[in-house]
Amino acid sequence: MASNDIHLDYRIIYSIIEPDSRVLDLGCGEGDLLYPLVRDKHVRAQGIELDDKAIQECVKKGLSVFQDDIENSLREYPDHSFDYVILNQSMQEVKKVDLVIQEAMRIGNKVIVGFPNFAYIKSRLMLFFRGKSPITGSLPHLWFDTPNVRFLSITDFKNFCEEKNIRIVEAHYLGKKEVVHLCPNLLALNAIFVLTNNS
Amino acid sequence: MNKTKNEKNKNNSVGVVETQYYTFAELGRKHKLESGDTLGPITLAYETYGKLNKDKSNAILALHALSGDAHAAGVHKGQDDTGWWDNMIGPDKAFDTNRYFIICSNVIGGCKGSTGPSSPNPATGKPYALDFPFITVADMVHSQRHLIDFLGIDKLLCVAGASMGGMQVLQWVASFPDRVRSAIPIATALKHSPQQIAFNEVVRQSIMADPAWREGNYYEYGQPEKGLSVARMIGHITFMSDQSMEEKFSRRLKNDKFSFGFDADFEVEGYLRYRGANFVKRFDANSYLYITKAIDYFDLFGGKLIPHGKAINTRFLIISFKSDWLYPSHQSQEIVRALKRRHVDATYCELTSTYGHDAFLVEVVEQTTLIKHFLDKTFNGYMVVKNYGI
Repeated sequence: MASNDIHLDYRIIYSIIEPDSRVLDLGCGEGDLLYPLVRDKHVRAQGIELDDKAIQECVKKGLSVFQDDIENSLREYPDHSFDYVILNQSMQEVKKVDLVIQEAMRIGNKVIVGFPNFAYIKSRLMLFFRGKSPITGSLPHLWFDTPNVRFLSITDFKNFCEEKNIRIVEAHYLGKKEVVHLCPNLLALNAIFVLTNNS
Repeated sequence: MNKTKNEKNKNNSVGVVETQYYTFAELGRKHKLESGDTLGPITLAYETYGKLNKDKSNAILALHALSGDAHAAGVHKGQDDTGWWDNMIGPDKAFDTNRYFIICSNVIGGCKGSTGPSSPNPATGKPYALDFPFITVADMVHSQRHLIDFLGIDKLLCVAGASMGGMQVLQWVASFPDRVRSAIPIATALKHSPQQIAFNEVVRQSIMADPAWREGNYYEYGQPEKGLSVARMIGHITFMSDQSMEEKFSRRLKNDKFSFGFDADFEVEGYLRYRGANFVKRFDANSYLYITKAIDYFDLFGGKLIPHGKAINTRFLIISFKSDWLYPSHQSQEIVRALKRRHVDATYCELTSTYGHDAFLVEVVEQTTLIKHFLDKTFNGYMVVKNYGI
C-alpha cells in the first residue's frame, strides 16, 4: 500500500475532512484511512467493518470499530451524530443503497461517497468490442467472485442525487495516478462526492 | 479446555500469589443493599497481580463469573491450580502484569472468602443460610467500590469480565462512570432474558428439591450434593455448544457396550457427573441460589446503563462468541446499540469460536490481541502504531 496511486482516494478524503471532526467510516477495512485522520487531525473516529481480520487490525491501530454490516449499523445513531459519514468503496457492496445513503445523510452533516465508475472507457470497450464483463483498475473482480452488487456510473450517481434532492458540494474524479478533469464519466476510474441535504 | 492454547502461555505466570481480605461495614455501620436490607460486617477476599504505579493510573479490576473467585491468576503456595483467568493475566499476557496492576475480588454472596450465606452471622454465630439478605449485581459492584477506595484508587484504567463478570462491568459504568476509564464486557447482556432466568430457575429448583438442602440449613450435615451437582450439570450444558459437545464427546461410550442400565454409558454423561461431583466439593449450594438470583435481577436495559442527560468518557470493548447460545451475540449487540445512542467510544467484535459460552476462558489468542491493544490505546493514547503515512 505504499505507492501513491493506491492512496489517491485516501489522500483526497483526508484533505476534505476538517480537524477535530466526528467521522464514521462505513466499511473502514483495516483502518488505513481513519488512522492518519485520528493521529494527525484528531478526529473522533468510529469504523464499521464486517471482516474478522480487519477488525483486529483496526484495534491494533487503536481505532474504535463495530463488527457489523453497513445496512444494519446506522439505525441507532441519533440525527447529526457525525460531521462526516464516509462510504468509500463500500457503497457498491450494499444492497439497499438508497436506504444507506438516506440514513448516512440523517446521521452525518456531510456524506463522502467514493465508488468505481462503471462507465470508464476501458469498461465500455471491453463490453462493446470483446463482449465481456469489464475488468478495470477500480473493478478488478471477475463476475463470479466480486463483492460488488451495484454497478453504477458517475452519471448514474449524479442523477440519483438529483432525484433524491441531495446536493453535491464537491466532486473529485480519479484516474490511475492523478485527478481527472475532462469527461469524468468516460475517463475516471473512481469518483468521490461530498454530499449534503438540499434543505 | 484447549490445551495447546493454554500451554502457550504457561511460562509467563504471575507465580505464587496470596489471597487477601478487606473488611468494611463493621461495628454497627452496616452496608445498605439494593433490596433495602442491611449487611455488615462485609469481608471481600481479593488478590492483586502486578504493581500499582505512582499516580495509581494502571489499576484494572477483573470481575469473575457465577462460580469464580478472587483467585484469577498464578498459584497458591504448595498448590497446582492456576487462577480462572491465568491465561489472560500475567507478564506479556492480555492483562499484562508488567504494565498494569490487576485486582480480582470474590463477590459478596460468594463462598470463597467473601461474606455470603455460608459465613457466620454475627447475631447467632452460625452460618447465615437463608437469613443472608438478597444481593444484586449492583450490591457486588458497590462493595467492590469500597475495596477500590481502600486501595486508594480513584479511577480504574479498566473493568473487565465475562458472563456475570460482564454484568458487573456494565454495572460499574452505570454506577460509577467517572471512576472507569474503560470497560470490557465479554459474552454478557444488558438484562437477563426469560430463557436465561428459566435455566437459573431449574438450577435453583434442583438444589431446593434435594431433601439434604434442609431449607438452607445444611451446614451441620453437609452439602445437598445431589441437587447441587445436577444444578452444575445443567450449567455445563449451557456453557458448551452443540458443536463443541460433538467434538469433545460425540456418541462415544465409556465402555465399549451399552449397559442397558442407568449407569453413565456415554462419555458426555460421565463428564457431566464428574463436573457435578467436583463442584459440590468447592461451591456452597446457598451461594449458588443467591448469586443466580442476583443475575436474574440484573437489568440495565432502556437507558439505565447511561442515565439520561449524562455523557460518559468510558471507552468500551465488547466481545461475543458466535457459538455462545447462553449469552448470544445479539445481547452484546444490544449493548452496542445502547452505546451508539449515547455516542460512546466503543469497539465490538464477534469472535469465531465453537466453544460456546466457555469460549471466554478458551479463546485466548484473539481476545489477547483485542484486549492488549485496547488497553494500550486507553493507557497511552494514539501512538500505538508509528511510521504509518498516507
